[in-house]
Amino acid sequence: MKTVFKRTPTLKDCPTHYCPGCGHGIAHRLLAETIDELGIHDRTIGIAPVGCAVLEYDYIDVDMIEVAHGRAPAVATGMKRTNPDKIIFSYQGDGDLAAIGTAEIIHAAQRAEQITVIFINNAVFGMTGGQMAPTTMIDQVTSTTPKGRAAAEQGYPLQVSELLAVLPGVIYIERCALSGPAQVRKAKKAMKHAFELQINNTKGLSLVELLSSCPTYWRMKPADAMEWIESEMTKVFPLGRLKG
Amino acid sequence: MTEEGQISNSSGERILMCGNEALAEAAILAGCDAYFGYPITPQNEIPAYMSRRMPEEGRVFVQSESELAAINMVFGASATGKRAMTSSSSPGISLMQEGISYLAGAELPAVVVNVMRGGPGLGNIAPSQSDYFQATRGGGHGDYRTIVFGPSSVQELVDCMPLAFDLADQYRMTVMVLADGILGQMMEPIVFKKNPRPKLPPKDWALTGAKDREQNIVRSLWLGEGVLEKHNNKLKAKYERIEKNEVLCEQYEVDDADIIVVAYGVAARIVQGAVARAREEGIKVGWIRPITLWPFPTEQISRAADESVKAGPLRFRIFLTVEMSLGQMVEDVKLAVAGKAPVVFYGRAGGGVPTVEEILDKIKQLTIRRKTQDTRQKTKV
Repeated sequence: MKTVFKRTPTLKDCPTHYCPGCGHGIAHRLLAETIDELGIHDRTIGIAPVGCAVLEYDYIDVDMIEVAHGRAPAVATGMKRTNPDKIIFSYQGDGDLAAIGTAEIIHAAQRAEQITVIFINNAVFGMTGGQMAPTTMIDQVTSTTPKGRAAAEQGYPLQVSELLAVLPGVIYIERCALSGPAQVRKAKKAMKHAFELQINNTKGLSLVELLSSCPTYWRMKPADAMEWIESEMTKVFPLGRLKG
Repeated sequence: MTEEGQISNSSGERILMCGNEALAEAAILAGCDAYFGYPITPQNEIPAYMSRRMPEEGRVFVQSESELAAINMVFGASATGKRAMTSSSSPGISLMQEGISYLAGAELPAVVVNVMRGGPGLGNIAPSQSDYFQATRGGGHGDYRTIVFGPSSVQELVDCMPLAFDLADQYRMTVMVLADGILGQMMEPIVFKKNPRPKLPPKDWALTGAKDREQNIVRSLWLGEGVLEKHNNKLKAKYERIEKNEVLCEQYEVDDADIIVVAYGVAARIVQGAVARAREEGIKVGWIRPITLWPFPTEQISRAADESVKAGPLRFRIFLTVEMSLGQMVEDVKLAVAGKAPVVFYGRAGGGVPTVEEILDKIKQLTIRRKTQDTRQKTKV
C-alpha cells in the first residue's frame, strides 16, 4: 500500500488537549512540517506562550521554553542575540501578543530581531474561559462582553500586523486563515517563507498571523466557526501579505 | 579607571573605578556573555560601560524597552546556557520581579544587580537600603529565594561578581547583588583578582537544539496533581543546602562586646567608623556585617546572642541594627537573636544616610540604658 500522508517526525504522536475544531492543532502540524521540510529540527528553539498553547512543547519535538505572558519576543531576543546560528520562533496568541505583550513585539520588531513569530488570532482568550481579547470583533459576545463588544465601551479590534508592517525592522508579515484546505496550504507556504528568511540570515523580524477558530468560546459548531473566520473575521483582518 | 581603553583586566594592578563600572568590568571578567538593561539612576554607568565593553569582547549588549523585557532577555539567554545579567535600581527591580519568579520556577541562572535608591514609588535617586525585604523574601510571587549579596566596598562589589555568576550556575537560580547609590557612584581603588574558579555542573538542561538527544524543555508550569508541590520541595531542599553552605559574614571585636552593631553594605562602613570611635572612648562595642543577606548569618548572630545568655542577666548584650531604611534587616536580626537579648534599631530613610556621630550617639545611649538596666537587675537580685 502506498503511503500518501503521514505524521511529520517533529509532531509528537500523542493525544491532544485542544477542544474539537480548535485551530491550534492545524497550526502545530504546519509548524512541525515546516521545521522538518527545512531540515532545522536540530537547531530550532521554540517559545511557548501563556494561553491554550502553553503546552506546545508536548506536541512540537524541538527544544522549547515556556515564558511569562507576552514576553516571548524579549525572550527570543535574548536567545537569538546570544545564539545567532539557532532558529528561534515564538508562538503567541492574541492575548499574549496583542494585549499584554504589545510592547515586547513592537520593540523586537523595531530592533529588527531576526526571529520568526507565529501569531494565532482567534479573537478571544481561550485558556482563561473566553474573555474579550484585543482582537475580539465588534458585537462578539464573550464572557466579559456579555452584550457583545461595543466600540464605545471596549474599543475596536486591534490590527497588530498592520501596526507592525510599517516598522522598518519587519521584513515579512502575512495574514492567513486556518479556515479550509486552500487557506491552510497558503498558511503553510507563508510559515515556510518566514522561517526561510531567518535561515538565510535576512535581518529583521518575520511574522505570520493565522486567523484561527475557537468554537468553544465562539459558541459555535466547528464547521460554523470555519465559516465565521471567512465571513466575519477577514472583514476586519483582511488576508494577504502586508509586508515583504 | 573611567578613561577609554585603560582597563588592565585581571593584571593585579590597583586601579581607581566607580562601583558601577567596576562591577560591570568584574562581570565581563567573570564570563558574562550578555547584558540586558534599561536606563535608571543611579546605575546608568553600568549599561553605558557595557555598551562599549561587551561588543569589544564580542559579547552581547542590548538596551531593552523596559525592565520587564530586560529580565526576559536574561531569561532567554540563560535558557540557552549563556551567562546573562541585568542591572537596575529599585523601581526597575520591582518590574523585574515577574521575570525573577519565572527564573526561580524554571531554575535558570541569572545575575541581577540592584543599585538601590529611595522609595516607595518613584522615591528619589539618593542611596537607600529599603529593598531588603524585596530582595531577601523572594520579591515576586511563589515560594522561592534568591541569593543576595550586600557588599560594602567597591572591592567587595568586584569580588562578589564572579561568585554571583558561579553560584547562579551551581544552584541554577538568581543571584542578586544589592548595592546602593553610594556604592555605585563612589570611586575606590580596586584590584581585579584572579581567584581559582570552582568546577561547575554541565548545563545539560540548556536549549541548544535537540541534536542527537531528546528535546529539552525549560518550564515553570506544573499542572499534574502534586507535581508542583514536589517541585517546590525540590527547590526548598536546594535553598536549605545554600543556607548551610553559602553564608558569608564578617565580625569585629564581638567577643567582649556589650553592644553588637549589625549592619550591611554602605551602612556597615559608617558603623565601622562609629565603632572605632566608641572603642577609643572605652565602650565595649563590636560589629557583625552580613555579606550574604540571604542566606542570612542567623547562626553567627544567634551564637553572639547565646553568649549574652551565658553571661547571665547582669551581662546581657544589646544588638543594635543600623540600616538605610526604616527597619527591614532588623527583623532577621530579631529572628536570629530569638529573644535572647534586646534588639534595637536605628535607621534613616528616603536617601538619608546615618552619620558616624548619629551612630556613636545611639551606642552611647545604649550604654546608659545597659547601665540603668544592670542596676535594676542588681536590685532585683
